[in-house]
Amino acid sequence: MLAERGLIFPPINEILRWQDIFPTFNKIALIAVLASLIGIGLFLLAARADAKKAPTGARNLVETTVEFIEEGIVMQTLGKSGLGWTPFLLSLFIFIFLCNIPGVIPFFQMPATARIAIPLSLALLVWVVFIGTGIKHQGMGYFGSLLWPAGVPTGLKPLVGAIEFISTIFVTPFSLTVRLMANMLAGHSLLVTFGLLTQALVMAETKQAALIPIAILPFFMLIFLTAFEILVAFLQAYIFTILAAVYINNSTIGHGDEH
Amino acid sequence: MEAFSALVAAEEAAGSFNPDAKNIAAATNAGLAYGLAAIGPGIGIGYVVGKSIEAMARQPEAAGMVRTTMFLGIAFTEALALIGFVVFVLVKFA
Repeated sequence: MLAERGLIFPPINEILRWQDIFPTFNKIALIAVLASLIGIGLFLLAARADAKKAPTGARNLVETTVEFIEEGIVMQTLGKSGLGWTPFLLSLFIFIFLCNIPGVIPFFQMPATARIAIPLSLALLVWVVFIGTGIKHQGMGYFGSLLWPAGVPTGLKPLVGAIEFISTIFVTPFSLTVRLMANMLAGHSLLVTFGLLTQALVMAETKQAALIPIAILPFFMLIFLTAFEILVAFLQAYIFTILAAVYINNSTIGHGDEH
Repeated sequence: MEAFSALVAAEEAAGSFNPDAKNIAAATNAGLAYGLAAIGPGIGIGYVVGKSIEAMARQPEAAGMVRTTMFLGIAFTEALALIGFVVFVLVKFA
């Protein structure tokens, strides 16, 4: 039974499915609730600080974040007239980031967005918001401009309409969901893989003299990947938010060429 | 998946069922699927980032705009590799 003692990768459910802490409430739900509460608490704390003095502590952090969303996301995609979208995009960014980052926090060790429920609900929320914005800004003509970009020849209209309909209505929320979920799932399983490798080499039962020093290699990889996962947690929150902004922008000004 | 289940059922009916056969087929095909899915996006992301660096080096004052667009391009290109990863998980574990 050599395989029993060697490296065994656990079934996918073992690294993703968590026992209920109490009925209908598991670790994923706990992380999501904590993410909302921490986000709300941080901003309430910052709002209580005196706005006339130089910002310190929580307010400093919050002001940097708001400025990052305004300068880095809203101004780049929606322009000055879209500054009203900042609160929505800011909440999206904070919530996704706080759901992603537990993937590298000890004792949590699980990004809540690695399960499809949270990315899917957020993507559907963005979907409803950008279609609603389109109807608000362009009336029912929105669906026309959604199906046919300006200047499509009449003969091509059925084909272009079908492609545009599928790509806007189905592919957009699907790719938003899968991009976030698969990124976090991939990062989580990479961390699990290198953690298991290190453990299997350290706990080796034969040839310890050779195998235990080798364990330092996957261990360094584990440290490097942990740092990388912090970057990915930030980057995925940023990309989700900026794509939401791009989709909203497309429905306010008519159809763009991005998907 | 379904094709595998059908295969396993056929093997079982023939009386020559090897419980490892499904796992071996799943592991091989999952690895192959992800490997193939990673080729295109790998080349694509390299191209996107390379061109963006070129643009930033030529026009450093436009770096902010180029960086935002680069991340958008990466996000759209990377989606294919990530769908490949989801297929890997489905084939290997489902």
